[in-house]
Amino acid sequence: MVPYLFLGFAALLVATALMVILHRNPVTSALFLVLSFSSLAGIYLLLQAEFIGMVQIIVYAGASMVLFLFVIMYLNLQHDVEKGAQIALRRGIGWMVGALLLLFAGLLAKKGWVSGPVAALPPDTTGGNAAAIGRVLYSRFLFPFEITSILLLVAMVGAIVLAKGRPAPQGEAE
Amino acid sequence: MIPTEWALALSAVLFVIGVVGVLVRRNALVIFMSIELMLNAANLAFVAFARQQNSLDGQIFVFFVMTVAAAEVAVGLAIIVNLFRLRETVFVDEINLLKG
Repeated sequence: MVPYLFLGFAALLVATALMVILHRNPVTSALFLVLSFSSLAGIYLLLQAEFIGMVQIIVYAGASMVLFLFVIMYLNLQHDVEKGAQIALRRGIGWMVGALLLLFAGLLAKKGWVSGPVAALPPDTTGGNAAAIGRVLYSRFLFPFEITSILLLVAMVGAIVLAKGRPAPQGEAE
Repeated sequence: MIPTEWALALSAVLFVIGVVGVLVRRNALVIFMSIELMLNAANLAFVAFARQQNSLDGQIFVFFVMTVAAAEVAVGLAIIVNLFRLRETVFVDEINLLKG
């Protein structure tokens, strides 16, 4: 059952990700991105990362994509016009680079990129995945966790300052 | 039980889709979304390896990557809004001057 669910989510993920980069309308792209993030959250659930799956939906599919949609609608963008020889050339180069990267990944796979499971200390999962992550986050990773709060503060201040625009020069009527 | 190889193959495919999106599209917002796709591909690899190694450290890393991605989205979208106010376009090949 689980492998079939994984394959289903994976197919949905790849299809929606392709639609994100192929669709001409940025609003549709953003909505397909929400769908692909949601299917990725499903894959996280199947991979026994329940907390990450929920955070994926709340942070990515919720907060990030609302911000994206807000900006797209604020800028009032229409369908992208993508014509001309130069753009066709760039599109060809882009897909070729993608094919090369996939080929490289295939070569790595042939060499055996995954070694067998290394017997690490099994995590203490009493109380579920979220409780276990909380215990690790507030003990071993406490300092990076606190640094994260500074990062978010800096990003928030930076975004406000940037979005406010330039101050009008003195003596000039707004 | 899902083999780790499957998750890694999916991660590779997702990353390549993101790379192609960055190279092919000229709308700065869609390029941004493609970067998000690549970050998510890395997250998927982290989660797959965390499960294989039977350790939580990979999931903690995903948590931090998500934080960085959220900060990046906020600042990047502010930059794009500013750029649009200045140049009336979000197409990256029409934005070719350092001077505002």
